[in-house]
Amino acid sequence: MNIQDYKDLYVFIEHEENKIHEASLELLGEARRLKEDRPSLNYQVVAVLLGEVSEDLLFELAARGADETVYLHHNKLNEYSTLHYTHLLHQMIEERKPDIFLIPATVLGRDLAPRLAARCDTGLTADATKLEFDPENPDSSLLYVTRPAFGGNLFGTIINETKRPQMTTIRPGVMDKMQRNPALTGKVSMQDVSLDGLKDPVSILEVLKKDHMAVDIAKADILISGGRGVGDRFDLLRECADMIGAEVAGSRAAVDEGRIEKDYQVGQTGKTVKPKVYIACGISGAVQHLAGMEKSDYIIAINKDPDAPIFQVANIGLVGNALEILPLLTKEIRNYRERPS
Amino acid sequence: MMNIVVLLKQVPDTTEMKIDKEKGTLIRAGVPTITNPDDLAGLEAALQIKDRQGAKVTCVTMGPPQAESMLRELYALGADECVLISDGKFGGADTWATSNTLGAYLATIPYDLIIAGRQAIDGDTAQVGPQTAEKLNLPQITYVDEILSISEEKIRVRKALENRYEILESEMPCLITTLSSIAKPRYMHVREIMKAFDKPVTVITNEHLQLEQKDIGLKGSPTKVKKTFTKEVHKNSDVLTLEPKLAAAKILDVLLENQFIGK
Repeated sequence: MNIQDYKDLYVFIEHEENKIHEASLELLGEARRLKEDRPSLNYQVVAVLLGEVSEDLLFELAARGADETVYLHHNKLNEYSTLHYTHLLHQMIEERKPDIFLIPATVLGRDLAPRLAARCDTGLTADATKLEFDPENPDSSLLYVTRPAFGGNLFGTIINETKRPQMTTIRPGVMDKMQRNPALTGKVSMQDVSLDGLKDPVSILEVLKKDHMAVDIAKADILISGGRGVGDRFDLLRECADMIGAEVAGSRAAVDEGRIEKDYQVGQTGKTVKPKVYIACGISGAVQHLAGMEKSDYIIAINKDPDAPIFQVANIGLVGNALEILPLLTKEIRNYRERPS
Repeated sequence: MMNIVVLLKQVPDTTEMKIDKEKGTLIRAGVPTITNPDDLAGLEAALQIKDRQGAKVTCVTMGPPQAESMLRELYALGADECVLISDGKFGGADTWATSNTLGAYLATIPYDLIIAGRQAIDGDTAQVGPQTAEKLNLPQITYVDEILSISEEKIRVRKALENRYEILESEMPCLITTLSSIAKPRYMHVREIMKAFDKPVTVITNEHLQLEQKDIGLKGSPTKVKKTFTKEVHKNSDVLTLEPKLAAAKILDVLLENQFIGK
């Protein structure tokens, strides 16, 4: 393997029902940032998409930062298959030799990336939260990949000096999307691929929607989140949330105690959220929880224990019982809204 | 009879973890070890198949010699055979090198189904399962939260995704990775605990596997840890102790002042 032959920043595009997955838009934004960060490399941002999508979606990729889109076209590829995707992407990597290949750390991405990295005999770093080029060598394309481990207690910076591509999956909700720029145009390299002779012993028999998944907490502007201190009174959080147009989330403790569904869990083993306001109620602030919410724009914490670690990341902290304060807050807001004008 | 192999890892209990803030490293001394929860749930799923329709359940782990204590517990839970892959040469492996080692061993034993936990709570990578499937050229299904049916020809499972479930079927042999929600681990029987100490743990070293240094352990790992560090506390917050009513009023002020909520 001659490492010098490998170049450019590749991003795997996950899409569903002709819409680009948010996490892939974030990776395009991040790839663009990296490219601009080290212009001496003269790298392009290349989006890689498998399946069949509309022309509009291809334009959208350009407007979101892709200089080129490698479009491996086949209508059957809209349905994900580990082995088909691995085969086709491995082929693409052999031909085009990407230096860096970023894949969203979604369920699909975390199924695909390890398999593909093993097929390419290269290293893979999982669920990264920060990327930067080697800060010590201004011309190097060596990627420093930082990720949390041990439940968010520790961070590690991982490098891969010997194999290419440098592959990593990136945690959704952490990187910033690029502002949409319709003036940008990108090249589309479309290739009709054949699935002849390819077999995946795994088949999808049925897809069941989770009915309570109407809300994605990662997209909420305001989150009211409850921990062990809330006990079984999540109804108080919901009432307040309804009043201000917020969504309700919970800590791992609340999920473990069955107070709220796993899909609403914030933290290292749940979701990473960056709302405008995060209101933490009865959450002490274990490291693994902070890992999922500390990038929120503004954090309000309510906890009985004045020494709770949650106060260290909060913009404002209130020592007290969330179960007493929240209903009063709901009432205050109602009074305010209904005030005589 | 069906052969089910379960891959498990002994991990530090991350909820009991302490950090050396000066050095940016973990303090491992005194931290209890546990069987990784996703793996233990996978074993339970295997034992339920064994109880229901008969199967031989083999537990395989790669780790330091002290991982034997975990395997004794797995015997007490109902494992039929336990294997410890352990050699100084395997140490410090990333997921690529780990799956080379696991794959090389698994290729020498019979299996219909391989079960791995989705991810370990120390590394959180979720990579070893799929990478081992690749080394063995097996189909894979990850994020399984229910096994619906299984025979020597086919397995049908439910996979949990972000916004949906998929019912998937695979031909056997195959590898699945399990979520901890797949099954609640059983308790050990006192009688079985006593017997567990008499059962042999097979130890596999590189003498058996004859792998090259470039493919295993720290040396063979393409990814290397450049540095580790702990999180710094980054905000100076205003922590107030107020009467509940005043506290509520204060929060409303903050929300309005910053225009987080409309008037």
